[in-house]
Amino acid sequence: MGEILKIDNLNVYYGSIHAIKDLSLYVKEGEIVTMIGANGAGKTTTMHAISGLLKSQSGSITYDGRLISKMDAYKIVTLGLAQCPEGRRVFSGLTVQENLELGAYTRKDGKAAVQSDFEMVFEMLPRLKERRNQLAGTLSGGEQQMLAMGRALMSKPKMLLLDEPSMGLSPLLVKEIFKTIVRVNENGVTVLLVEQNAKMALNIANRGYVIETGNITMEGKASDLANDSKVKQAYLGGAA
Amino acid sequence: MQFLGYLISGISLGSVYALIALGYTMVYGIAKMLNFAHGDVIMIGGYMVYFTFCSGGWNPFLAVLFAMAVCTLLGITIERVAYRPLRSAPSLAVLITAIGVSFLLQNIAMLLWKSDPKSFTSIISMEPLSLAGGKLSIPAETIVTILVSVLIMIALIWFVNKTRIGHAMKAVSEDRGAAQLMGINVNGIISLTFAIGSALAAVAGALLLSSYPTLVPTTGAMPGIKAFVAAVFGGIGSIPGAFLGGVLLGVIENLSKAYISTQLSDAIVFLVLIIVLLVKPTGLLGKKTAVKV
Repeated sequence: MGEILKIDNLNVYYGSIHAIKDLSLYVKEGEIVTMIGANGAGKTTTMHAISGLLKSQSGSITYDGRLISKMDAYKIVTLGLAQCPEGRRVFSGLTVQENLELGAYTRKDGKAAVQSDFEMVFEMLPRLKERRNQLAGTLSGGEQQMLAMGRALMSKPKMLLLDEPSMGLSPLLVKEIFKTIVRVNENGVTVLLVEQNAKMALNIANRGYVIETGNITMEGKASDLANDSKVKQAYLGGAA
Repeated sequence: MQFLGYLISGISLGSVYALIALGYTMVYGIAKMLNFAHGDVIMIGGYMVYFTFCSGGWNPFLAVLFAMAVCTLLGITIERVAYRPLRSAPSLAVLITAIGVSFLLQNIAMLLWKSDPKSFTSIISMEPLSLAGGKLSIPAETIVTILVSVLIMIALIWFVNKTRIGHAMKAVSEDRGAAQLMGINVNGIISLTFAIGSALAAVAGALLLSSYPTLVPTTGAMPGIKAFVAAVFGGIGSIPGAFLGGVLLGVIENLSKAYISTQLSDAIVFLVLIIVLLVKPTGLLGKKTAVKV
């Protein structure tokens, strides 16, 4: 399968801070690729550069054969690239149902197709169905994460960017979220996953990148990274 | 009986404030800025109705529609030219720009139409309503103003809560970044908000001048400030709040004028605002900002 996402020599600045330095990576169609790294390494910045919320100063991001690094965020979504942002960011004043409807905001393939995706999301995340008329702000953290993922899936993406989906959740919920990610991927959605929970992430991913202070310092098959002594020491909390 | 008369005309004046306050509160809720030029859009709307209806002899409906169209264009243009370039600037810069736009509009009006007062003819040509065997007479303007404002507010609440675009507006208001990730064109939504607010300002101008018929280039300034107070009073960002705040403000102002002092009525209005904000800083219907995480 070909590369669905390709980043070449990306540079992103916050004012005078050089947050991302000549970063390159690629994701092939159908893969789960994870990017692991410490707080402040540049994971979220990279995600925002891909989804268009942040503009890069140089380098290129190509998605599905199109250059998207200069494109507005709201247009990138229509190409089938959805982001489930860090911290969930559900619309707390809207109901679960309304949040999911906004996820399908750009869809032009008809009510029936959107309806069948509602069913798909509710089947995959049954808690959302129970709470569909509840305001999103009243959901628990885990439910909000599910809603954020469901909302991203409602745009019928070919590729999903997931930013720290396990943040702040109990181990049991983390397991559930990761199971869902695998299911989403099995349904044909390519996944780029940013995580601090490196162990879980490497466990489900095909390949991985390690990012440190805006640079990719290691890359390889997820299983190789999981067994690498440096990765183990720095990110897996284990002895080498 | 007299009290009832003062009360009803207060509600009517308050309905005009409410219409203007809706524009303030929607723009604040969605674009996160205070558009101090909003009052002057009323004035422009007033002149448009004056030239088409009062001295042009147009049908009043057509005249108001024309004024709404002009103000909508004006609102969108102001946002595009003056505010959009400052989207990521500090809010103080935007505030000062808004005040600048306000002066600009007043001075353009003065240049084009001179500062001598124009005498506005009411757009409503119905007989006053006579109640209680002629003891209470309510001008048709008063009744139409209240009805129009209530209808507009109901329509707006329906629009924001029940339509796809309305939900997109709520989403932009809550989290601009996340809204973009849904594929919502934030600039488009902000333009739409300015368009709606400015169209309502034109209606407010026509209704206000029908009851208070003196039109000068600064006509919009004081109602604009009072409507801003009404929006804060009701809880800025909240549509029902703007309406409640507007009506209460109008009633307080009118009753103070009738029973306390004409000169002091504005002071009393602002005093009530200060007291409300001391007791409830988010305004009467303002939302608490705490969100479960």
